[in-house]
Amino acid sequence: METLEQIKSRAEAAVPGARLELIRNDAPSAQHSLLVDNEHAFAVAKFLRDDAQLRLDYCSNATGVDWPEAELTEKFKVTKLVDGVEKEVEEVKKTKRPAYLEAVYHLYSMALKHGPVILRLRTEDRGDKNHLPSLTLLWRSCEFQEREIFDLYGIVFDGHPDLRRILMWDEFKDFPMRKDYVEPDDYEYEPTPHDDVLAKVKQHREAEAKA
Amino acid sequence: MANGQRARLVIRHSSFVIFLMDEGLRNELQKQGIYTVKLEELYNWGRKNSVWPLSFGLACCAIEMMAASMARWDLARFGAEVFRPSPRQADLMIVAGTVTKKMTPQVVRLFNQMPEPKYVIAMGACAISGGPFKQGYNVLKGIDRFIPVDVHIPGCPPRPEALLHAFMTLQKKIDEQKLTGPNRARHCDPDAPSEFPIPQFGEHDLVPPSNPNVWKPAVVVRG
Repeated sequence: METLEQIKSRAEAAVPGARLELIRNDAPSAQHSLLVDNEHAFAVAKFLRDDAQLRLDYCSNATGVDWPEAELTEKFKVTKLVDGVEKEVEEVKKTKRPAYLEAVYHLYSMALKHGPVILRLRTEDRGDKNHLPSLTLLWRSCEFQEREIFDLYGIVFDGHPDLRRILMWDEFKDFPMRKDYVEPDDYEYEPTPHDDVLAKVKQHREAEAKA
Repeated sequence: MANGQRARLVIRHSSFVIFLMDEGLRNELQKQGIYTVKLEELYNWGRKNSVWPLSFGLACCAIEMMAASMARWDLARFGAEVFRPSPRQADLMIVAGTVTKKMTPQVVRLFNQMPEPKYVIAMGACAISGGPFKQGYNVLKGIDRFIPVDVHIPGCPPRPEALLHAFMTLQKKIDEQKLTGPNRARHCDPDAPSEFPIPQFGEHDLVPPSNPNVWKPAVVVRG
């Protein structure tokens, strides 16, 4: 299979105006991915599916990722003149990452037996601008998985034929896989509490002590 | 409640018979091959040996339940092999598996549709407490929050032997049920509920999250 850089440049050539970005993954798995702008995402995905060299005809997995607002710190070394002597100094750069939601698609080719190519779509924010184009019309296997992303992360897929909640009930209002989800306080005893559950247990005990 | 009333009528008649019969007469009759027995005992004996479960499985525990009904463990030895596909014909609900909040109203509704006398076995860690999914947002922390459970079986999943043990425990429980008096069984008491409120789907959780008439939070005593 071609490298992601090659796919990126060919996709940009095939779909005029498309802006792709290569997201590197420095983990040992090194599964790098392509971030596509929402406007051209459908056309780029169609290109990936229909291109003779790629023929990514199978979407094995579509999932969501929640990225809350965060402050990223980056350390890097610079050479500076300190008291007339050149020294290597460590500097910390802080950048703010805005909050957004992502949908991630893992694409394979059954015909050419290669893959995966990982495609990312990113919403503008976690509030009202949580719309993404649906890829269900290209890969039918996305239908339930996009419904699941809608259910658990609250990403609205425009163009999805039947966008309803799939795991939770229709009256449910929250999005349980988001990081700021607060689950209902509906259990009172946990034999070995730790971390979040321990904090919860402490609250319960305080309430008990007051009562 | 028609069931309960009919049972009460019969019982009044039977206790009258027992009241009249003394021990000597009973022994005398037994020598002639005539056995007398309290109707309560006969009634309970008949019921405990023909408990028909509802064929109803929610997760992996159901596989163990099926295994228990097959030749190797042979639930038929206890008269409970007749898994009924309709709640109207079932006496026992084996809640075998994880009860999600989305499934809870259906489970309660099925239980309501079963005629009295009816029993519940909560099988496995999930059905009794939420089990490994206790901290999940969509798992009910024990079906005993909405329906009265007679026997709880821990285990993940419990082995078929554990289910057999639960059956024997249930049989013992049925055998000890009183048909009259203040401690009589639920199905003999016209005032006791035979149907339980079905929870509604709320915006964040089930409404109500539990039935306070059936379940109260366990009191944890800390040393």
